[in-house]
Amino acid sequence: MSAMSEIILTIDDKEVKVTAGMTVLQAAQQAGIYIPTLCHHEKLEAFGGCRLCIVEVESRGWTSYVVSCLYPVAKDIVVRTRSEKVDKIRKVIVEELMAHAPDAPELVRLAEEYGADRERFERKESFCIVCGLCVRYCDEVKHLNAVGFIDNGAKREISFIPEVAKNVCWECQECFALCPTSYAQAAYLLTEALAFPGQRKELSPPAKAPESGRRVIPIMPVAATR
Amino acid sequence: MTKLQSVAELEKFRAEILFRRDPAKPCIAVCAGAACDGMDSAAVAAAFLAEVARQTLGDKLEVRTTGCHGYCEKGPNVVVTPGEICYFEVQPTDVAEVIAATLKGEVVDRLVYKDPNTGAKAVHMNEVPFYKHQMRLLMGDNPKIDPMLIDDYLAVGGYAALVKALTEMTPQQVLDEVKKANLRGRGGGGFPAGSKWETTRNAPEKTKYVIVNGHEGESAAFMDRAMLTGNPHKVLEGLIIGAYAIGAQRGFMYTRHDMPLLEKHVRNALAQAKEYGLLGENILGSGFDFECELHFDVGIFVSGESSALMRSIEGNPPEPRPKYIRTSVSGIWDKPSNLNNVETWANVPQIISKGAEWFTSIGTEKSKGTKLISLSGNVVNSGIVEVPMGTPLRTLAFDIGGGVRDGKTLKAIHFGGAMGGSIPTDLIDAPLDFDGMSKLGAPIGAGGLLLMDEDTDMIEVARYLLDFLVNESCGKCAPCREGMPQMLHILTNMTQGKGKAGDLERLEDLAEVTGLGSLCALGKTSADPLKSMFRYFKPEYEARIVNIAGGSGTK
Amino acid sequence: MSDNNIDAIIEKYRGQPGSLIHALVEIQHENHWLPREVMHQVADALEVPFAQVMQIASFYKAFSLTPKGRHEVHVCTGMTCHLRGAPKLQAKVEELTGLKDGETDADSRFTFETGACLGSCSIGPELIVDGKHYGRMTPEKVADVLKRYE
Repeated sequence: MSAMSEIILTIDDKEVKVTAGMTVLQAAQQAGIYIPTLCHHEKLEAFGGCRLCIVEVESRGWTSYVVSCLYPVAKDIVVRTRSEKVDKIRKVIVEELMAHAPDAPELVRLAEEYGADRERFERKESFCIVCGLCVRYCDEVKHLNAVGFIDNGAKREISFIPEVAKNVCWECQECFALCPTSYAQAAYLLTEALAFPGQRKELSPPAKAPESGRRVIPIMPVAATR
Repeated sequence: MTKLQSVAELEKFRAEILFRRDPAKPCIAVCAGAACDGMDSAAVAAAFLAEVARQTLGDKLEVRTTGCHGYCEKGPNVVVTPGEICYFEVQPTDVAEVIAATLKGEVVDRLVYKDPNTGAKAVHMNEVPFYKHQMRLLMGDNPKIDPMLIDDYLAVGGYAALVKALTEMTPQQVLDEVKKANLRGRGGGGFPAGSKWETTRNAPEKTKYVIVNGHEGESAAFMDRAMLTGNPHKVLEGLIIGAYAIGAQRGFMYTRHDMPLLEKHVRNALAQAKEYGLLGENILGSGFDFECELHFDVGIFVSGESSALMRSIEGNPPEPRPKYIRTSVSGIWDKPSNLNNVETWANVPQIISKGAEWFTSIGTEKSKGTKLISLSGNVVNSGIVEVPMGTPLRTLAFDIGGGVRDGKTLKAIHFGGAMGGSIPTDLIDAPLDFDGMSKLGAPIGAGGLLLMDEDTDMIEVARYLLDFLVNESCGKCAPCREGMPQMLHILTNMTQGKGKAGDLERLEDLAEVTGLGSLCALGKTSADPLKSMFRYFKPEYEARIVNIAGGSGTK
Repeated sequence: MSDNNIDAIIEKYRGQPGSLIHALVEIQHENHWLPREVMHQVADALEVPFAQVMQIASFYKAFSLTPKGRHEVHVCTGMTCHLRGAPKLQAKVEELTGLKDGETDADSRFTFETGACLGSCSIGPELIVDGKHYGRMTPEKVADVLKRYE
């Protein structure tokens, strides 16, 4: 078998050479071109949920809007990571997410970049933006499934399963640092307080480094908060 | 019943069935379609059977329970052959009279069709206005078949197309014929079925699947259920032919969980086909193996989307995948899977029997064949209608549909359910055509056509459709999950007199972004009804804002 | 409801994670709801994470995570029924039963649900009780229909 086939595509007027099988996001990252993401994580399967990485692709005369984290590179496609429509899509998505978590640092940063108005849509401060990082991490990396999605549509939320969470979460806590809004941690603590107060399994104090550069809220032992 | 092991055996068996049946023997066909069933046609059928037994007329008269005849408005429907005499709104108390008249070759006058304006009567099916403007290539057999009896289907020539495909054509030839016919998907996408078949056939994996999408979640579309309940073998025959062309070994029929009669008929059809050797190993001695199983949705609209449906068959939550991961290449368990709608599969046998050239002689340049339309809303004659593509909407609404009920005037026509659009009355001469209707902003979708009368509040309709979709969204992607409820919130405020300045711009932005950014067709088309309203009924929307905001803030 | 029947269903699908939906549909059909302990048994037997069972059970509207009443009262809210007056019908049922969409009364007599198109548009608006269709309904007729169901 010969060397992996090479693909040449254009991203923001720059010619980029990559190998077949890569996504447009990977190609852009390789070429040093920045595309914002929220639900993406290199240890997890690409999800395509937040749609922030959306880009404009021109291929065989057709223009379409696709999420770069999933769209496969192909010969001769022309990708634009910024355009009037792309920017508008990102702006409105940020505004929609800020209706739930107006102060989340990443959303605030994106709002500034794209001119988003945090007050634009009706507020529903649930704080969860359903990016799925916690659920997917617990499934794909930890294989513990202590937290999952329930319900559908706008009612979709994350839910810690008490029967599982009480045995595994305190020892792990890795999803807390992944959460862009710090909701995962709050959801866990609430579940613990309601479903298994004082019954979590803990062998030693947690010593986990954050998986991403996100700010971690230190977990205070319950006693210390009284 | 011993399995039919060859084509010769099948044809001999068919000849025997026909020999035993006397075409001159009168037959009373009682419709057991969903609406007629809901009007207790079962009691009518039971009354006929009881009376025939009581008078020991079994050798003089046949009574048959059939699938949907189509004229749901006037059920319970009864059709008497010979002559295709149509009786409407038949009750158990009418039974003795109908039997007596049938035996004498006479007609029960008070049960036949009467024009509501002129009083003119129409006795035979080809005289009744509702039926006479139709071209019932798919529905026509329904009154002749008891869906529980495969022999009835064989008696009208069923499975002859399969025989032709297996004995006279190679899989590639079958595929080419379907491509030449330009059969386009009837579930809403309008995508050329032949091309989809070809992509699946050419996919490198050896294991391939074919799927019947009988989910029919589109609101006010009820023709697929009628087809599957009324003539399951026609759909199955199309599926087997398709599997042969594509090289698939296994098929899935995916349908709804909430119709006991549909489940009963499909299960029975699959079992009978297997018993006869039309499913299983070495079908009719051709060397072709094919199995088919039944799967159910579990109560959510999004599971009708092709990729979501495949997740559901796998046992996973029905979350759609983006279209650039083509399911014809990677579908169920990542194997090439060809999914088509019930009506699309039902068209296949006739394309093989009569040829692509015949099929392309019907319809318009780019939309061939006939289309099943569920006619409902504020229409006089609601039911299931089959017309050639190119038929003007006016014919559907007025000649067949009988116009608007309660003497009101027509305000709008809606196509495509929650993912379609409404067009005003002045466009009523537009022809039924996939691309033409899409350009007008009211894509045919699955074919659910609703008439809306002068009292219809167009903002309320848009609100209602969004409300439906909000409940049915899977919730995976932000533009749909977040965008739709925000649009709904604004529209709800507008219907309650709380519309405020900036609402229309917010709606327009949300409509645009939800359309471009959503993962699947549910989100992408969720704002289409609203967009059609803005295109044709904007003043109605603007008035809601102006009135409330005291004359300011419109755009 | 029969524990033996539920056990039999679970045994039938033991070791087949792909049959999760089939198993839950059969249990729902048999038992009219999915108790949490039963969902755990299904998770263990079919070798899927409990979180996945929970997601499927809460996602699909055919499943009920709370016990249902003896009779299921359904108002169709599909597009045709809506145009022909389903909201008024719904309001009447709410008034007579005291139940909102999805609720069951304290005597476990009725569970009330609304839902999309059941395909009998020509006889809309419709009330369906325990699968029996009452077509061309008006709010005035509702009380009589509900009276038939204890």
